[in-house]
Amino acid sequence: MKLSQYFLALLCPIILLSSCKKNTDEVVADTKSTFSIEFENQVNGSPLVLNTTTYKNAKGEDFKINVFKYYVSNIKLSKADGTTYLIPESYFLIDASKSESTNITLKDVPTGDYTKIEYTIGVDYARNFAGAQTGALDPINGMFWTWNSGYIFVKLEGTSPQSIAAGNTLTFHIGGVTDPNNTIRTFATEINAANPLRVRTDSKPNMHFIVNAAALFTGKTDVSFATLNITMGGANSVIVANNYANGLFRLDHIHN
Amino acid sequence: MLFLSIALMYACSKNEDEVTPEEKKITFSVPANFPAPVYNFEDNKLSNAGFALGKKLFYEARLSADKSVSCGSCHQQFAAFTQLDHKVSHGVNNCQGKRNTPPLFNLAWQKAFFWDGGVKNIETSPLNAITDACEMGTDIQTIIAFLKNTAPYPELFKQAYGSTEINSQLILKSIAQFTAVLVSGNSKYDKVMRKESGISFTSPELAGYNLFKEKCASCHAAPFFTDFSYRSNGLDLVSTDEGRSHITGVASDFGKFRVPTLRNIEYTSPYMHDGRFYSFDEVLEHYNSGVKASTNLDVQLKNGIPLNTTEKEQIKAFLKTLTDNEFIKNTLYSES
Repeated sequence: MKLSQYFLALLCPIILLSSCKKNTDEVVADTKSTFSIEFENQVNGSPLVLNTTTYKNAKGEDFKINVFKYYVSNIKLSKADGTTYLIPESYFLIDASKSESTNITLKDVPTGDYTKIEYTIGVDYARNFAGAQTGALDPINGMFWTWNSGYIFVKLEGTSPQSIAAGNTLTFHIGGVTDPNNTIRTFATEINAANPLRVRTDSKPNMHFIVNAAALFTGKTDVSFATLNITMGGANSVIVANNYANGLFRLDHIHN
Repeated sequence: MLFLSIALMYACSKNEDEVTPEEKKITFSVPANFPAPVYNFEDNKLSNAGFALGKKLFYEARLSADKSVSCGSCHQQFAAFTQLDHKVSHGVNNCQGKRNTPPLFNLAWQKAFFWDGGVKNIETSPLNAITDACEMGTDIQTIIAFLKNTAPYPELFKQAYGSTEINSQLILKSIAQFTAVLVSGNSKYDKVMRKESGISFTSPELAGYNLFKEKCASCHAAPFFTDFSYRSNGLDLVSTDEGRSHITGVASDFGKFRVPTLRNIEYTSPYMHDGRFYSFDEVLEHYNSGVKASTNLDVQLKNGIPLNTTEKEQIKAFLKTLTDNEFIKNTLYSES
């Protein structure tokens, strides 16, 4: 104990000296800045209003939404020359009931013009089985299954007169990372090269995505609430994930 | 910079005075006859203060909904951290759970937890018991609020992690500091295997060991006395508990449960996922004559495991060599 503490005491200033030097070099070598992404939650073009507004699914069935939450993680940016930048520790939980969560800020991003963005809808395989997490991945957020380790990637709860569940409820908890019921999906979109995401030290661009909650219920398979009104992982969650994989997000515009 | 170094040295040396030299350093020790662990405290640096906090949380009944049930209520040290005489776990409001409480030891070598292997990390395992309506019946937010407002917890978190901040991650990591340190590797069997001086099997134990290797070890593999696989041992023609398939969604996993460890088996009665057997004799007789032709019955059990009376006695003698009294009685793990 004694020895290691003296060793540490000696080491501290050495580390400090070397880190100071390194920082100076980095500032010269490359610059970093910030950009933000706004997720505008909608249902088929109308603003998402929780609890009160009635929407229609692709089968023409009425439904309301009480809860709409989803993970966006492992955000990766690409430049026209093919180089990519994976934003480290980028895990975000967007919750329609918390307006502050719908606008996320990405810091320390190398400056440059980016022409493509991709991210995981949900949480990567490893973090589903990792030790106790904090921040967006904290189990306190109600997006972690305690009996079958893993995150709920997309959670939509609501009601529909067509649902035969007690209270006409809709319970869509989409998650699961093991075959054959793996629901990890990656969303990617090209950015118009004429107006790329310009990350600059003197400008902090904002990307604006439209998020269509109704995409859970159409796309590859139109969902009828009479037959599918609850899923918590498993084959039915895969149906829903395959629906939203391409339809959930749409890049609307960028404010550079 | 020179000034800073001196200040740092001063700060470091000052800390030294606060450490009580008499306190025994908590360590995680790997027995010589065990492989490398799965959980190695890489992201959860083991400390005396972290271990002490984890232990206190483990024995804290006020964390449960009706303040009657702690982790230690169903995981009793004298029963190798399972619950004596309880077929299934006994939770808040006298609720009876669905399955037999698993013992807690050698968890750092386990890749999956609970009878169905649903939980994949030792750190997140307590969440299941915390939130289950029939176990502790609460939620992590309530627990955080309780700890923030209850002395000496903020101070204990400060001692362990340098801040009075309390969150789910720190709670779970400290509990893991306690549970992952629970290593049982000092049974007579271990000492014989390690060729420790003056320790050898008696002749019935040795006969039992040889029988065990021939008839049981293909599933109850050394050194953990489980191969951690999921199997059906033919308890019922149709299981009332779906078991592993609840996690995998795969029909061929229906009615399968993880092969339980046999270490400390002398103290972990009752046996099986539903605690239906109270004695070794009942268990051995099941394998001798009671195996049912369940849908997913393990192929090795399709003819049962024929055992005569002498063989049963010899196997029982061997199973008792798996008892680790040093572990059962280690006051480091006791509620103090």
